[in-house]
Amino acid sequence: MNTLDLARWQFAITTVYHFLFVPITIGMSAIVAYFHTRWVVKRDPEMLRLAKFFGKLFTINFALGLVTGIVQEFQFGMNWSAYSRFVGDIFGAPLAFEALLAFFLESTFLGLWIFGWGRLPEKLHAMTIWIVHIGTVLSAYFILSANSFMQNPVGWRYNPQKNRAELTDFMAVLTNKVQLVTFPHVITASYMVGGAVIMGVALYQQMRSKDPDRGMYRKATRIGAIVTLVGGLGVAVTGDAQGKIMTDVQPMKMAAAEALYDTQNRCAAFSIFTVGTPDGQSQKFAVKVPCVLSFLATGSVNGKVDGINDLKRTLPGQLQAQAKADGIPEQYVSPDQLTPTIWMTYWNFRFMIGAGMAAAFFAALTLWATRKGRTPTSRWWTPLAVVTPLLTVFGQSFGWIFTEVGRQPWLVYGVITTSSGVSPSSTTGQVLFSMIGFTLLYAVLAVIEVKLFLDYTRKGAEPFEEPRMVESDDELQFAY
Amino acid sequence: MSLETLWFVVIAALWTGYFVLEGFDFGVGMSLPFLGRGQDADDSEKRKRVLLNTIGPFWDGNEVWLITAAGAMFAAFPAWYGTLFSGFYLAFFAILIALILRNMGFEYRHKRTSPRWRRGWDICIVAGSLLPPLLLGIGLTNMVVGVPITQNANGDFLFTGTLLTLLNPLALLGGLVFVGLSLAHGMHFIALKTAGEIRQGARRLATRFGVVATVFALVLLLWFDITTGTAASWVTTVLAVIGLVGALAANAIGREGWAFIGSTLTWVMTLSTYFLALFPNLMTSSTAERFSLTVHNAASTHLTLQIMSWTALVFVPITLLYSAWNYWVFRRRLAVEHIPAAHDPLAAEEQVPA
Repeated sequence: MNTLDLARWQFAITTVYHFLFVPITIGMSAIVAYFHTRWVVKRDPEMLRLAKFFGKLFTINFALGLVTGIVQEFQFGMNWSAYSRFVGDIFGAPLAFEALLAFFLESTFLGLWIFGWGRLPEKLHAMTIWIVHIGTVLSAYFILSANSFMQNPVGWRYNPQKNRAELTDFMAVLTNKVQLVTFPHVITASYMVGGAVIMGVALYQQMRSKDPDRGMYRKATRIGAIVTLVGGLGVAVTGDAQGKIMTDVQPMKMAAAEALYDTQNRCAAFSIFTVGTPDGQSQKFAVKVPCVLSFLATGSVNGKVDGINDLKRTLPGQLQAQAKADGIPEQYVSPDQLTPTIWMTYWNFRFMIGAGMAAAFFAALTLWATRKGRTPTSRWWTPLAVVTPLLTVFGQSFGWIFTEVGRQPWLVYGVITTSSGVSPSSTTGQVLFSMIGFTLLYAVLAVIEVKLFLDYTRKGAEPFEEPRMVESDDELQFAY
Repeated sequence: MSLETLWFVVIAALWTGYFVLEGFDFGVGMSLPFLGRGQDADDSEKRKRVLLNTIGPFWDGNEVWLITAAGAMFAAFPAWYGTLFSGFYLAFFAILIALILRNMGFEYRHKRTSPRWRRGWDICIVAGSLLPPLLLGIGLTNMVVGVPITQNANGDFLFTGTLLTLLNPLALLGGLVFVGLSLAHGMHFIALKTAGEIRQGARRLATRFGVVATVFALVLLLWFDITTGTAASWVTTVLAVIGLVGALAANAIGREGWAFIGSTLTWVMTLSTYFLALFPNLMTSSTAERFSLTVHNAASTHLTLQIMSWTALVFVPITLLYSAWNYWVFRRRLAVEHIPAAHDPLAAEEQVPA
């Protein structure tokens, strides 16, 4: 392994890990805010208990999302300094804005929410957790517009004197057409995750609790399930739109998603799974649905879908001609591979869709099983309560792995290859050392967090206590 | 003032804000072994919890100053960002690990009551509060006094030294200054935010740490003034020392608010001296002057800087307002009597068998 490979592995490990916690934070903060608001508005004691219970689980999760986020920012400078210098004029601003507009909001108002029990007026206190949620969504917007620039660079030009890409139109970057579908896709997927976590935890508690707590958890189960289902619908709609734009801006990614080697002029089939070589190059057996791929990629069952073999012949020439017209030196746009790793794109694409569909199905099943005050009794529901949140969380990871691997060999599509972006001064030893360090630390923290999460899940909601304002000599209602 | 200079000032202000705010978080974190020691295990635990709760609602927001400072460097001076972070690679790696451990300690320590669990996180908090100021002090000092940097054909500025290059005596002194100032600042903060014995203990320690920090800071700042200083950096040095001595005097007569303002002034003036000594460079190359990164050769385009300026103009005041409100909401002094019993699902299970 050379420095480039290690830097890529480190980025993959730390990013996928970071993004296990982020969607939970985005989705859960909204539902906790909903519980809290319901308490303030309707004075329903169950809602206050749920807000506090899920609030605790939320903070256990938030901690890891927060600490692993700083690594993400620093890593651009540490391992990808050539990239940082080359596109920083465009890429840096969304990151700075994310910190200024989103992280300050999230961090400050989460502090206010966590420590605010009995110290902030009730309505204001409920508002703080909504602001946390807004912060998480804003943060997603900025970071996704930076990512969308990498997928589909817009609003820039190459400056030969400085040898770098420079911003020409910031609004174009913020309203990149890839961004406009990616942002809702990621946010709805995050609601799905948040909903599924609430549903899973509440369902587990619903089955083991006695009345009246059972009724309380049932409400949470159903709210979680509804959010999962509605989020799932949003994911499907936005994912469909995203597929068409992806086909347009990165045709190779769509071909790689399908392991479609030969161009189909009309009615391309969608492969559900295949048995043969993992990259689908030789098939022994495959299940295919006719015309669906054409529809996904182009919006018409008769649309033409380009295959990998054709794209390998035509695409590099096109991209290089474009780069030449833009004036980018050849070294930045000379990829060492012509396609992404097909088996990864093919299977991650399928796992993403499959995991999302399964989670939505389980959410629907849960709604059915809890209708009219019912509580499911079969022992099969416990694993289902555990699996559904995991499906949504890992479904998002699969989606990210797909979309990032599918962009390869490019760092910014058509502008700079991944191999050109790595820090020229990094040594293999340094990157190996930090990769091992982060991986080990992250693994230990994951064990601690999951254990803590499960223990607090098992403990369940605290009994209701009528909230009151803390007087100067009183004990605090929340303290470290 | 040109936009490049403006963003140099903004970034200097963000780093300054970071140390003014997180400086006392570091001080509080490092103080657990001293101020957290009570008559018995129970008392010690209560004291530690008082200390941690003084910064509970704040540390997370304070840390965002670091993220914003780094983000602003990335956006306004991409080459600075790339060269500094890739050059001081292992230092930043260690800072990240330390911050992760410290933050996890803040968030997870109170979630269980087992002494082993809490001791483990205490170590993380103390180490995680000591290493970042030490390493950032070393890093920033190197950035100012100069490190070997060259430029390759692509225009990337490359740090060509090693970890040992960074561990030179002057930089180590810089690290000690940052740790010393954090400790003194933290003691003034605790004295301001607590009641009872902890408050008295913090005031005693503030004097000790303050004297040590003053000596270290004086040596370092004078060195800057003599080598690369300007009239302005002499002024900031004098003000930094006034802040330190003023803080000591205010602390001695029990004016804790003024003492904290004094140590805040010291942070502001220390960082000002650093950045005044640095300007117009961003990183000074000891290899050759032409390899130094400057506000001119490393800056982003005017378009980017303009967009950032307008955004900052609108959102920095808003951010400052709600951050200040946060401090206002939790302005009360804390004492051991205010600390509620701890919650722990494991302990609960042991007490009430299902």
